[in-house]
Amino acid sequence: MTDVGIGTRATAAAIAAPRGYGTLRRLLRHRSFLIGFTIIALLAILAVLAPLITPIDPSAMRVRLRFRPPQAAFWFGTDQFGRDVFTRVLYGARISLFVGFAVCVVSGLCSAVLGVIAAQLRRLDSAIMRLMDALMSFPAILLALGIAAALGPRVSSVIIALTVAYIPAGVRIVRAAALTVREMDFVQAAQVSGASSLRIVLRHILPNCLSPLLVHLTFIFAYAMLAEAALSFLGVGIQPPIASWGNIIAEGRDYATQAWWVMLFPGIAISLAALSLNLLGDALGDMLDPRLKGGE
Amino acid sequence: MVDQPIVEVRDLRKTFSVKHAGGVSTLHALSGVNFEIMRGETLGLVGESGSGKTTAGRILVGLVPAGSGSVRLFGHDITGADGKAQLAKVRARLQFVFQDPYASLNPRMRIGSAIAEPLDIAGGWSRKDRNGRVAELLDLVGLPKTSIDRYPHEFSGGQRQRIVIARALALNPQFVVCDEPVSALDVSMQAQVVNLLLDLQDRLGLSYLFIAHDLAVVRAVSTRVAVMYAGSIVETAPKSQIYSDPQHPYSRALLDAVPRADPNYVRHPVVSGEVPSLLDPPPGCCFHPRCPFAFERCRVEVPILRESGPDRRVACHLFT
Amino acid sequence: MAAPLLSIRNLTVQFRVDTGWVTAIDDVSLDVGAGDCVGVVGESGSGKSVTALSVLQLHDRVSTRMPSGSILYQDDDLLRAKGSTMRRIRGSEIAMIFQDPMSSLNPVLTIADQISETLRQHQGLTGAAARRRVVELLGLVRIPDAARRADDYPHRLSGGMRQRVMIAMAIACKPRLLIADEPTTALDVTIQAQILELLRDLRRELGMSVMLISHDLGVIAEFAQRVVVMYAGRVVEAAPVTQLFRRPVHPYTMGLIAAVPALDSEAPRLTTIAGRIPGPQEIIPGCRFSPRCALVQPSCLDEPPSMQTVGDGQSARCPPRIQVLGVRHG
Repeated sequence: MTDVGIGTRATAAAIAAPRGYGTLRRLLRHRSFLIGFTIIALLAILAVLAPLITPIDPSAMRVRLRFRPPQAAFWFGTDQFGRDVFTRVLYGARISLFVGFAVCVVSGLCSAVLGVIAAQLRRLDSAIMRLMDALMSFPAILLALGIAAALGPRVSSVIIALTVAYIPAGVRIVRAAALTVREMDFVQAAQVSGASSLRIVLRHILPNCLSPLLVHLTFIFAYAMLAEAALSFLGVGIQPPIASWGNIIAEGRDYATQAWWVMLFPGIAISLAALSLNLLGDALGDMLDPRLKGGE
Repeated sequence: MVDQPIVEVRDLRKTFSVKHAGGVSTLHALSGVNFEIMRGETLGLVGESGSGKTTAGRILVGLVPAGSGSVRLFGHDITGADGKAQLAKVRARLQFVFQDPYASLNPRMRIGSAIAEPLDIAGGWSRKDRNGRVAELLDLVGLPKTSIDRYPHEFSGGQRQRIVIARALALNPQFVVCDEPVSALDVSMQAQVVNLLLDLQDRLGLSYLFIAHDLAVVRAVSTRVAVMYAGSIVETAPKSQIYSDPQHPYSRALLDAVPRADPNYVRHPVVSGEVPSLLDPPPGCCFHPRCPFAFERCRVEVPILRESGPDRRVACHLFT
Repeated sequence: MAAPLLSIRNLTVQFRVDTGWVTAIDDVSLDVGAGDCVGVVGESGSGKSVTALSVLQLHDRVSTRMPSGSILYQDDDLLRAKGSTMRRIRGSEIAMIFQDPMSSLNPVLTIADQISETLRQHQGLTGAAARRRVVELLGLVRIPDAARRADDYPHRLSGGMRQRVMIAMAIACKPRLLIADEPTTALDVTIQAQILELLRDLRRELGMSVMLISHDLGVIAEFAQRVVVMYAGRVVEAAPVTQLFRRPVHPYTMGLIAAVPALDSEAPRLTTIAGRIPGPQEIIPGCRFSPRCALVQPSCLDEPPSMQTVGDGQSARCPPRIQVLGVRHG
């Protein structure tokens, strides 16, 4: 017997397939979803409420207070200009989370549209997919680096650069899902009833491609935040004095040995956000996949 | 009009191109199929995998374009030059019930919207009429009205098949192709769905093309039975005769192969061999490599479906 | 009666779900004697496959638990057996074939490679000796032109041929028990008949016991000597095959037999069992079949009925029926 275990999982899944439970209720019972969601929501709230939490101006320089280690007055210490690192990390969260979210939304929309077009209109398929292959043949970060450098150092150019870099993967996911869904009997049933292609796409194909895309986008959110940090670190992203997690680390780099806290705390923030998004994505993947299979 | 068949299929052929490592081959899915279905009648189309029965059913509702030959539905030829326009004219009178009740409902659509979909596509239904019709259809297939707001995953296979049938009946079709509608269901659910289809036929005067992979279920639903093998019909006969006196050796083999729920049943010898490759069908009669009665002529000459008795036809050299 | 080869006693298996544990099978007992052929019949959710997988301990350990019962194979309790014991038993003592012969074969290895892998593991056969045995086995399962077919990849074979290969692998080490889980469900009827005939012949030639799991009473009637009927995770009736069809005791068995479409009756409607199969999470007081039972009585809802002997090797989980039949013996 070389195939020990075949069928076990399927049987367990079939038995365990819930009847009558809402996805939301199941998500709220999923531990890693809860942890991931709580952390990212907390970060978002802190970012939005930053001016209420800390009265200090993130760009205010106080030369007398340079390089103060973490203490009661400055939780995360101060940097080479005497700016409060805690305040800067909070304000940086606004930029980093916004960039992540924006990239997520824009690349998600583009992926959905291009992916479904590629799957439905066979004539455009190869054109779209070759373009995606071309984009994919560059490492995403190099591509983003090039585009961001060309467009100039602005928040919008970081978003555009990262969106372009992450679209190909999303298009591939949507296209693959759409190709599977369009062969399913319920699509054919709509065809027998004389449904138009537009109706089939909007009512049947698109809604059933969203789960895998959604899972993918939570990871894109995390990647985009990390990439923003990398671009800012390399100097083509968000420019000082505006704080982003990436450029706080970049600025702190030269003083790493004498003031480790300047790099450490934004670093922790990035890791925490990326970790929570990954937990969220894994949980969504767990929860949404069996439903796509229809509960055989 | 009463004597006019509502479905008339003449010399229907269909090939598919199959890509593989060595290039492209031609798969002969249908090689000259003829049948007709009268009003209120059920034709049981029986065959194993590769017989072409599903392809034939799909061509009838326009899911697959015909290769050559003609298909006339309610007198409209859907295979001619203006086939699409002709099909559009009869579209509302045709429906299709799929084999897999899990795949034939959109998992993200509530039952109410799923059943109303043909109404929404056809248009011209007020909100009140539409909802009334959905309630009526649920009642017709024996499901509670509370099902409207629920999702497919909340229903069992048998209940889903009822939903699919309700959706198929939304626009009062006259002809429904049922592609193995109970094969995926549990035995105790099969009987319920089969009886539902029979009741609906009585009440609504429907005609069915009932596709099946063995002769057991077909017996309960059919008026006439057509047996298919490797892309051709090998025998058609009224139901009573195909079971008591199958003429084609393949019909006999198919009948013998059905497991009987009777421990004392003594089985006939099992037919040997497998269905031939449709990429490279054997010369002569496709069944000759497995046929215990094959003789020289079977290996060279393709038998034609001929009259072999009142209202029955067989494609076999033993009967000419 | 000598001790049976395999004896499942009061087995309960539970699976983990979001909300806790659900009971997939409950208090299942069945015996397979040496050389016996036992058919397990039931619909989806009856627990017939779960029972089979439990014998070989193929459940995922994290999401499965077996709070009670035992599975005795010769002198071992398989529920408590060590990993090494289980590995020896799987394949060489008890073999299993599954419904889907495509996903049971590795697509990137030839037929010969896959069968010789089993031979090497359990019998230490390699090289030319293994090759000879592979061809012999393929001949035994009546694959035409076995020597040439051995070098084919699975995708070159039809469904029926793949199932024959699976059977060849299963019998490679001359197991004493073959568990066949819906072995013909995915196949065409004429091929199904061929495979059943092959299994019947092999059982006789090799003296194996067979546990055949199927949803199809027809298949069971033709193949099995004893039948175990399962419904919603419980055994509801067990009897010798002729006895079961001559005088079914449990109303579910009666319904199941009546629901099989007959080839030789002119009845205009099929006989149905009302209602639907309950899910494993549904709580049904008393007898799990009572909501669908035409003969239900108030006492059926009180407590789960126990298995009672009717006589002639027949037993059922339906006290009211047994009382009516008046055939209860201790």
